[in-house]
Amino acid sequence: MAILVIAEHDNASLKPATLNAITAAAKIGGDIHVLVAGSNCAGAAEAAAQVAGVVKVKVADAAHYADQTAENIAALVIETAKSAAYSHLIAPATTGGKNFMPRVAALLDVAQVSDIVGVEAADTFVRPIYAGNVLATVQSSDSVKVITVRTTAFEAAAAAGGSAAVENVAAAADAGNCKLVGRELTKSARPELTAAKIIVSGGRGVGNGENYHALLEPLADKLGAALGASRAAVDAGFVPNDYQVGQTGKIVAPQLYIAVGISGAIQHLAGMKDSKVIVAINKDPEAPIFQVADYGLVGDLFEVVPQLTAAV
Amino acid sequence: MKILVPVKRVVDYNVKVRVKSDGTGVDIANVKMSMNPFDEIAVEEAVRLKEAGVATEVVAVSAGVAGCQETLRTAMAIGADRGILVETDAELQPLAVAKLLKALVDKEQPRVVILGKQAIDDDANQTGQMLAALLDWPQATFASKVVIAGDRATVTREVDGGLETLEIPLPAVITTDLRLNEPRYATLPNIMKAKKKPLDTVKPADFGVDVAPRLKTLKVAEPAKRQAGVKVADVADLVAKLKNEAKVI
Repeated sequence: MAILVIAEHDNASLKPATLNAITAAAKIGGDIHVLVAGSNCAGAAEAAAQVAGVVKVKVADAAHYADQTAENIAALVIETAKSAAYSHLIAPATTGGKNFMPRVAALLDVAQVSDIVGVEAADTFVRPIYAGNVLATVQSSDSVKVITVRTTAFEAAAAAGGSAAVENVAAAADAGNCKLVGRELTKSARPELTAAKIIVSGGRGVGNGENYHALLEPLADKLGAALGASRAAVDAGFVPNDYQVGQTGKIVAPQLYIAVGISGAIQHLAGMKDSKVIVAINKDPEAPIFQVADYGLVGDLFEVVPQLTAAV
Repeated sequence: MKILVPVKRVVDYNVKVRVKSDGTGVDIANVKMSMNPFDEIAVEEAVRLKEAGVATEVVAVSAGVAGCQETLRTAMAIGADRGILVETDAELQPLAVAKLLKALVDKEQPRVVILGKQAIDDDANQTGQMLAALLDWPQATFASKVVIAGDRATVTREVDGGLETLEIPLPAVITTDLRLNEPRYATLPNIMKAKKKPLDTVKPADFGVDVAPRLKTLKVAEPAKRQAGVKVADVADLVAKLKNEAKVI
């Protein structure tokens, strides 16, 4: 039995989410192959070959994989899946994996198991439904299992120690129908939200974008933390969309999550309740966030946060 | 230009669902049902495109039990022109829904299909992409801005690193993210008007689509509850606890 993990990467290196997906593949059991589709992606392929547990890396290097469009990546995954009898096709449940994987499943006429958080058997998986308020154990009857992996539920595989063979595979035909016109990526020297050990997150209570930056950035800087936000803060324009933590935003599980001025709607809790330690700072003692917080501090965030920044 | 908008009837987003005591499923009897919020955004976007003169007709479609008629009426109250329900009591999984939608697209020949990026019950995030694959159409998922000009759509997408803008030819499938628009409230006159709009009912068998589930749910359970912790007196107390008790800073 062999499993194909589709790598998320920036051509030069692997994205951390790939390492979590490889761990999920290892739990299923079988030879793990990694597919790297990119443009001038030898660096990412080399990094994939180093990952512990990977036995083969397949590389499709072509200009039309530069933009990672769903149409082209799905077509390549289908071609690659045909060339070897893979039992499982696995991608991290990032916006990339979520974009192309259902296309793969539909073209193979199989179901997709989205966002798995556990592996019970080679055909049986645990996945959250209803914003993580319920865990469903599902069994797939399809010959090929198409799976996306919730990265916070699986440890990262060791990035070193492996020595997989690297093999070039032919690119699939270019669908040629989508054109990337632009990217506005948030530039930040801070750790990536989904991989951060500490997250400082702000909600509506912060009031506006200036307050958000003035209050939370110094605290995040001192803690070496990533910055997050509730949907309310993003909708109000305090920070860009990629800061959003929640059911339909990013799912995070850091060692420490500091929620500042966040009331704690279930949709937000869905994105952060697996954090190891949760701190809530809110002036409303009845805020639902306190029901999941390990340490709650009832107070005015405009006084408390600067004190906290000074004290850590 | 015709736009097809698939909508799903789901447990209202304010309801906290409960697992049945035998662990076979989620108890949705006597629970408030509503249109999936992402689909509401899809209906709103389609109606705005019609109001802007880009689209000529907005057709709302749904698949599921007879109660989905209410969901279609809601879509028509927002401004969809008519509705089609593929009625079945069978459990429908995303692949089956995508196949039913493909059959409806073949029949209705829309230039654009707009639907929610995910439903808030199964959180699958699959149907739009699967439909695009079955139709061999391009897709633009997680849209926060849609501009349609001539035979092309320019779609800004919410991705992990920020925003990405794609230009795709029509026909195409677009799935909506939260910030695409803020759906209007249906007014009473429009709710009344919606009751008179055409609503057709068809069956999966009419399209020869096999909707048998591929995934079997063996059990459902509630995740381990997080215990509420303690309230700390002040910042010094908090910092001491984080350092000495939790040891996370």
